[in-house]
Amino acid sequence: MKIYDGKYILIGLLVFVGLATFPIWFDHGKAVAPADPSLNTPVIAGMMVKHCILPKDQMITEHMKLLNVWRTEVVRYGKRVYVAPNGEKYEMSLETECFRCHSNKAEFCDRCHNFAGLDKASDPYCFSCHVVPSEKKPGAVAMVGKESK
Amino acid sequence: MGIKLSLAAVLGLVLAAYIGVTAAGLYHFFGVSLPYLAISLFLGGVVYRVLKWARAPVPFRIPTTAGQEKSMPWVKHSRFDNPSTKGETVVRMLLEVFLFRSLFRNTKFEIEKGPRIFYQWEKWLWLAGLAFHYCFLVILIRHLRFFTEPVPFFVQGIEKLDGFFQVGLPGIYVTDGIFMLAVTYLIIRRLIIPQVRYISLPQDYFPLFLLFAIGTTGILTRYVIKVDLIKVKTLAMGLISFHPVVPAGIGAIFFIHLALVSTLFAYFPFSKLMHAGGIFLSPTRNLPNDSRMRRHINPWNYPVKVHTYAQYEDHFREKMVEAGLPVEKELEQAPPVAGKP
Repeated sequence: MKIYDGKYILIGLLVFVGLATFPIWFDHGKAVAPADPSLNTPVIAGMMVKHCILPKDQMITEHMKLLNVWRTEVVRYGKRVYVAPNGEKYEMSLETECFRCHSNKAEFCDRCHNFAGLDKASDPYCFSCHVVPSEKKPGAVAMVGKESK
Repeated sequence: MGIKLSLAAVLGLVLAAYIGVTAAGLYHFFGVSLPYLAISLFLGGVVYRVLKWARAPVPFRIPTTAGQEKSMPWVKHSRFDNPSTKGETVVRMLLEVFLFRSLFRNTKFEIEKGPRIFYQWEKWLWLAGLAFHYCFLVILIRHLRFFTEPVPFFVQGIEKLDGFFQVGLPGIYVTDGIFMLAVTYLIIRRLIIPQVRYISLPQDYFPLFLLFAIGTTGILTRYVIKVDLIKVKTLAMGLISFHPVVPAGIGAIFFIHLALVSTLFAYFPFSKLMHAGGIFLSPTRNLPNDSRMRRHINPWNYPVKVHTYAQYEDHFREKMVEAGLPVEKELEQAPPVAGKP
């Protein structure tokens, strides 16, 4: 069977297949280890029952929504205390509350955010305003949430 | 009929994926087998269709002539609507592929009381079509963040531009909204314009409902019924590195979305969606209108035995001169002919 204008059509098809399989040759078939956020901080290590504000699965998928609600509550309504579904009270603050336990942004926040493809420099944009508490070496007592408010 | 059938097909797919994952636990099928099958069908099918088209000969120029043909120097030539050279045709194709120029020329035709014919300005189809296609492209590129590690700069650049307004968390993407609006318009247009509805078939409704469902499930997955993206990316990276794994605990909404997208990919080569490839192979678009400048000879013309007038005269010149018939070459001018009777 003859192919007419084969030069143009075959080049076009090659471009199409090249673009359509972009992820395959971009990653050249290497398996990538999934992100592994670290919970190894002094405060978490010292917890009797390890728990977060909400159940773990919910925290993984909903933390950004929760922070957004906190932002609204604090900035617009001046409310600073969050009552979790289990009755525990938390201060609605990324710097003093979240980072009290998760004092390891690079091994905790960033690992998943980078893996999910957020821009290292600017996404999520929490930290374009918020101070990142200085990270302590394991063993030292975490000193986070200094007078940063 | 076509509407109900298409709607039922899409809802059936959603239900099948939901039940298949939640009740039957077919995670491997919906997470690995179906996407692999779909992408193989997509790539193979598109290549097959294009090569099939490529085997059709196009011996003559049949471009649509949407403007003044190249003519005398004082007649203004419409270069890109009636191209006469390869370069002009390339420009016409680029305008067609990137800006849908022929759709832009769309007018609405109506007979009003009088009777008078009205041709009205009608750009809505062009606008919705263009918005839909570009939003879909941006959404496709954005999804590359699940398929690449490290994520290339242009993916993050497009994401940033798309999430420019930084509304809510996770930030709302502008294209998500425009995509849904455009698809909705394209569906409603088919339903309420009587002439368009009359010519609409299940194969017109099905892709639209499918795209609407893909958009809806995608938006639900991102903003409402959230899933663990780390696991989703692990699944996606496993697929493209050919070491597929399905991490436990990804929500059913993700598998519904994936099943619908797989259906779209698998369905693509066998449907009207192949206009994506067909636009490049449309003889009415991709040929220069040079029929009056170049002679196009049908390549499979069989050889015809002809006897031209010059040969005829060579044969019979003496007899013609004898009979007093006019000849083009006189006897003394004509070269001696071998084998003359």
